[in-house]
Amino acid sequence: MARETWLVFSRALMLSLRNPAWMIIGLMQPVLYLFFFGPLLEQMTEHTPGFPPGTSWQILTPALIAQLALFGAAFVGFGLLAELRLGVIERLQVTPVSRTALLLGRVLRDAVHLLTQSVLILILAFTVFDLRASFGAVVLTLTMVFLLGIALASCSYALALTLRSEEAFPAVLNTVLLPIMLLSGIMIPITRGLAPDWLYAISRWNPFTHVIDAERASFRSEFTTDALLTGWLVLLVLAGLGVLWGVRTFRRESA
Amino acid sequence: MIEARGLARTFRTRGRTTDAVRGVDLDVAAGELVGFLGPNGAGKTTTLRMLTTLLRPTAGTATVAGRDLAGDPLGVRRRIGYVGQTGGTRPEARVHEELEAIGRLYGRTKSDARARTVALADRLDLTDLLRRPVKALSGGQRRRLDIAMGLVHDPRLVFLDEPTAALDPRSRANVWQHIRALREQHGTTVFLTTHYLDEADALCDRVLVIDNGTIVATGAPAELKARVAGDLVAVGVEHRDLPRVAEIAARIPRSSEVATVERGVQFRVPRGDLAMPELLRALDVADIATTSLRVHQPTLDDVFLTLTGRTIRDAELSTEQEAPVGA
Ligand SMILES: Nc1ncnc2c1ncn2[C@@H]1O[C@H](COP(=O)(O)OP(=O)(O)OP(=O)(O)O)[C@@H](O)[C@H]1O
Ligand SMILES: [Mg+2]
Repeated sequence: MARETWLVFSRALMLSLRNPAWMIIGLMQPVLYLFFFGPLLEQMTEHTPGFPPGTSWQILTPALIAQLALFGAAFVGFGLLAELRLGVIERLQVTPVSRTALLLGRVLRDAVHLLTQSVLILILAFTVFDLRASFGAVVLTLTMVFLLGIALASCSYALALTLRSEEAFPAVLNTVLLPIMLLSGIMIPITRGLAPDWLYAISRWNPFTHVIDAERASFRSEFTTDALLTGWLVLLVLAGLGVLWGVRTFRRESA
Repeated sequence: MIEARGLARTFRTRGRTTDAVRGVDLDVAAGELVGFLGPNGAGKTTTLRMLTTLLRPTAGTATVAGRDLAGDPLGVRRRIGYVGQTGGTRPEARVHEELEAIGRLYGRTKSDARARTVALADRLDLTDLLRRPVKALSGGQRRRLDIAMGLVHDPRLVFLDEPTAALDPRSRANVWQHIRALREQHGTTVFLTTHYLDEADALCDRVLVIDNGTIVATGAPAELKARVAGDLVAVGVEHRDLPRVAEIAARIPRSSEVATVERGVQFRVPRGDLAMPELLRALDVADIATTSLRVHQPTLDDVFLTLTGRTIRDAELSTEQEAPVGA
């Protein structure tokens, strides 16, 4: 299985490296946010009561990385639908390769893709902007991003295979993702001080809130159980359930 | 090689159910080249997808390449090759990469996969194209690559779904040649689907005709054709001889449907070639000069018409008209 996963992974990676344009296009959004939104937030964090501790860059950068995951990894199912149309998936399913490897290889490729983009964003935020964070914080955050990539990519493939429609897939995703993004306080953190009670309460039910909170906490060098545990637990559960859903859908497809 | 009993598949999409395949029995012996013939939507692809472990049957059992379909799908996958209706290569990948990648998925080492790619390319005339991106291949070259992809692990049984659909006549003839070579030079059992009658006729030892998810006839192309009333013999004669020729035609053993047409007489008999000497002798004795003489063998289109009451073209038109309602 490890060999098969590696084969699927390396092949998928090679094909996506041949087309680096997609990675660049994916980076446009967070880069634009860094340049045109970051400076705005700098003033706001200092003068608005209710903002969480930490500098504006410590608040924004983790959020941009999470956003990359939500709008990058979550849409990988599109590629699968295209390959389904071309018969590529069938071609793979008729080989003796395990269904789990067929899914995991792709998911790992997507996670690596997301990781690379995140590293580039971090480098930009460190060099051009005023982001300060410890090495440990960066490693912790990148690990979280990797897990988030695995969770979202798996779910994306499962959803794509279930819907099997290049029209319905983005429609469903957009409907689901926009509230998830807004309710996770990506741009402006949803804190007790800033949000009305009901909005704060809803945001606590959103798993991504906890993931982003944990990322922000590590950027502030707040490595306490209190700050990190919920986020990590949520992430591990998400990744586990996502992979399970993905594998089940891949298996159900064939005899 | 293939033994299927009562294979069936029902699709449920948004409350509508489609009985795509309704209880198909199949027997294909090792070394046979069998054609699955039917109009659009008859259930050919669905049957093939079930036999290749890509789709779970709603009912029925099958043994494919010696392995039980439900019990050992992995064993089936290892032993069969499958070339889908839509191919299955990535447009941006290079020909040799696709072949090598699939080879590795079948457990070959890197060098082994490379050697196999070279050998297959040689067999399917792809050697000069190995470094090209797939999207730069012509239709016929693409189809040859698709076939090569299905042979990477040297399976004893190969399924081909519409191997020559949308190809020009020359490319079709070329692909036919490669399919024949599969069986003749490598002893591979081939099961292919087609909705071209001439293809089934030119290529297959045996044809299974499927319509509406049910097999309506099986047999060698010649056998199936013989099931239609037989060959059509058309004798051209002078107008004044017409009644006498009609009489002679009616006396030919097992002749039927004798009809007088504008400049001659036509009738059906099971074997036109065997009836010919007798006909000529009778005409000679009666001192009748013929202006022309032709024997038409029935096509599989005639067979389809006799079996289902529709021509293949009609069947396709009717499924095409139904399609938008189902979509
Ligand atoms: N995944 C699916 N979901 C719902 N209906 C399906 C599905 N696949 C096939 N069908 C339906 O099953 C029937 C048989 O389809 P199938 O693809 O087996 O036909 P076919 O004989 O291969 O036709 P063609 O010559 O057009 O390839 C059709 O009515 C088709 O619409
Ligand atoms: Mg088909």
